[in-house]
Amino acid sequence: MVRSQVLICGGTGCTSSGSPKIRAEFETQIKNFDLENEVKLVQTGCFGLCSLGPVVIVYPDGTFYSRVTEADVPEIVEEHLLKGRPVERLVYNDTDKKEEDDTHLDTALSETRFYKAQKRVALRNCGVIDPENIEEYIAMDGYAALGKALTEMTPEEVIQCVTDSGLRGRGGGGFPTGRKWALCAPNKAPQKYVVCNADEGDPGAFMDRSVLEGDPHAIIEAMAIAGYAIGATKGYVYVRAEYPIAVKRLSIAIAQAREYGLLGKDIFGSGFDFDLQIRLGAGAFVCGEETALMTSIEGNRGEPRPRPPYPAVRGLYNSPTVENNVETFANIPQIILNGADWFASMGTEKSKGTKVFALGGKINNTGLVEIPMGTTLREIIEDIGGGIPNGKKFKAAQTGGPSGGCIPESLIDTPVDYDNLTAIGCMMGSGGLIIMDEDSCMVDMAKFFLQFTVDESCGKCTPCRVGMKRLMEMLEKITSGKGTLEDLDRIEELCHYIKENSLCGLGQTAPNPVLATLKFFRDEYVAHVVEKRCPAGVCKDLLSYTIDKDKCIGCGLCAKNCPVNTITRTDYVAPGHKLGSFEIHQDKCIKCGACMANCKFKAISKK
Amino acid sequence: MKSLAELQKIKARMQDRVVLREGSGDIRVVVGMATCGIAAGARPVLNEFVKDVSEEGLSDKVTVSQTGCIGICQYEPVVEIFQADKEKVTYVKMTAEKAKEVVEQHLKGGKVVEQYTIGAYQS
Ligand SMILES: Cc1cc2nc3c(=O)[nH]c(=O)nc-3n(C[C@H](O)[C@H](O)[C@H](O)COP(=O)(O)O)c2cc1C
Ligand code: SF4
Repeated sequence: MVRSQVLICGGTGCTSSGSPKIRAEFETQIKNFDLENEVKLVQTGCFGLCSLGPVVIVYPDGTFYSRVTEADVPEIVEEHLLKGRPVERLVYNDTDKKEEDDTHLDTALSETRFYKAQKRVALRNCGVIDPENIEEYIAMDGYAALGKALTEMTPEEVIQCVTDSGLRGRGGGGFPTGRKWALCAPNKAPQKYVVCNADEGDPGAFMDRSVLEGDPHAIIEAMAIAGYAIGATKGYVYVRAEYPIAVKRLSIAIAQAREYGLLGKDIFGSGFDFDLQIRLGAGAFVCGEETALMTSIEGNRGEPRPRPPYPAVRGLYNSPTVENNVETFANIPQIILNGADWFASMGTEKSKGTKVFALGGKINNTGLVEIPMGTTLREIIEDIGGGIPNGKKFKAAQTGGPSGGCIPESLIDTPVDYDNLTAIGCMMGSGGLIIMDEDSCMVDMAKFFLQFTVDESCGKCTPCRVGMKRLMEMLEKITSGKGTLEDLDRIEELCHYIKENSLCGLGQTAPNPVLATLKFFRDEYVAHVVEKRCPAGVCKDLLSYTIDKDKCIGCGLCAKNCPVNTITRTDYVAPGHKLGSFEIHQDKCIKCGACMANCKFKAISKK
Repeated sequence: MKSLAELQKIKARMQDRVVLREGSGDIRVVVGMATCGIAAGARPVLNEFVKDVSEEGLSDKVTVSQTGCIGICQYEPVVEIFQADKEKVTYVKMTAEKAKEVVEQHLKGGKVVEQYTIGAYQS
């Protein structure tokens, strides 16, 4: 009889930090201690705290171990699994509680600050079930929503329920999902399709990957429900090939669903047929745009086409199609099971439910978090994210990746939902949330995202292909100290031009990071232009390294480490020292910072 | 899958396995499993609880877990039963047979098995 279960994260993050080895060691040790019949090992999807991986959770107590190594495993097995004493040095604890406060430290994950403020709907099974076992999913009410829809509800009722829930598309646009389905349902055609967008091209975002890795059956179930609602019998999941674990788990899940008759003919004896296929994408950002994605599924070069006609009318193979994002789908079974009111009770007036964010950048807890819509940025950063490392100051949060904008410190109490972010000229996007501290240069950040979209532009239309290249050149002019104030105005003008004239969403949103930084951090642009200075000390062309000749003891470590030999000794000997101090010749300096990193006497500064 | 009943069957069969991870049971059975407890025979007691709770279909109400040394080594194996709004009950010198009785009478029937509690030994 199993009395305890050990859940080991098999998400991409923990897999690369070594969870397969840990799993093997657990197997060995559990045998060693003769616990095979009492303890069960389960590999799950992502728990969310990726920066603390590899992550292991022991149930029934829910003890949460972080950064587990192979060497720790024998101790966990002997102490915890055999004797019931959690190994406290490995237990993750971000509360202020100390061991002395209580005889028992709260060891459960659910007690941490990271988890307490979260609300898990889309991620409810991630890190809880074994994604390669359909029966575990069924035990968590899996496929009950499909059963309910097929046996108790009409397609119209399903659509009404999704509409009433207030669910909006999580892929970036925020279009009401129920309305999208309702637009497609009445269109008659011999074959209609349901497509799941798992392209996830936004740099830094990985929530869709985690859902597919941790709870693939939820997507299958939701797509079948969508198929029933709109009258489609075929579906495609478009996943990027760079997500091998997700693809593998999804393939296993599809095969299991077919075996159990949850995909295929006459599901639940209702007469409804549905089946799914996976299509692999090559990882182009533009292929996440819905029309390009469908073109790519058809086997053509992934380029967008003008809309209308919208996919609901003419989508995949010119047939009526519903296309939704992974996270959007992940909410559907819960909405059908628990009802529209339950879902609509979470979130804000016009943004219902929760949103998953991939938290990254200068923040202590990087990873995945799911929060009710309307949670403030401050709560996300300070409570869930655990604050900024090294006591640095928060400067801005970047949302929406290359299509989004930034939220400055002055707006840190903004409740995060679709409309509030749009109101401040930002956007929700797909859920990338990158935190920046005082050491980040906002002009450089804008340049980073613009470089991404320049590279990813498909080239079909001129405003995007040529316009962004020119925009990039103007930004480079500024960060190299050659910009003028007129350039700032010209940048703004070009941004608006590109937004208005591009064919697809890529070009229409690509100038956003530039516009948002210009709006909130214009003074930083001006510092680059007028004072020829990068306030954050990032833009290399505007930096110089200098040696304080009175602090230099003349040891010569800097000169030894300079890759271009541009540091030499001078005749000046500082009072109290014996050797001549060094100096950097600026003409040859490449600003690599090696000298400063190697000086033990803090004699070198960067300005 | 031809009917909802089939799905229900799988769910019922798998319930035990995931219920453990929810820890939602309002009754918690905690078995002391430190070295002293194990030496005194706590493992068969723990396993008996796990088995009976599952067989009696109590999994959604009762969580069985283990803890370290409770501090009364001479009374091991010790089992504590926690329930919201009720006083903690401590059973001592447990065996698998006694565990079976506790499941039957206490967990199922709601009646404390007085003769196995620490009170019975101390008085
Ligand atoms: C350049 C570009 C990239 C996009 N990438 C994605 C993506 O990776 N994943 C996604 O779900 N939607 C992406 N979208 C949005 C889709 O076009 C589409 O609106 C969305 O998938 C619809 O699903 P939803 O209503 O469930 O959000 C992208 C849009 C553009 C313009
Ligand atoms: S806006 Fe850019 S990505 Fe979109 S069609 Fe035009 S060139 Fe291609």
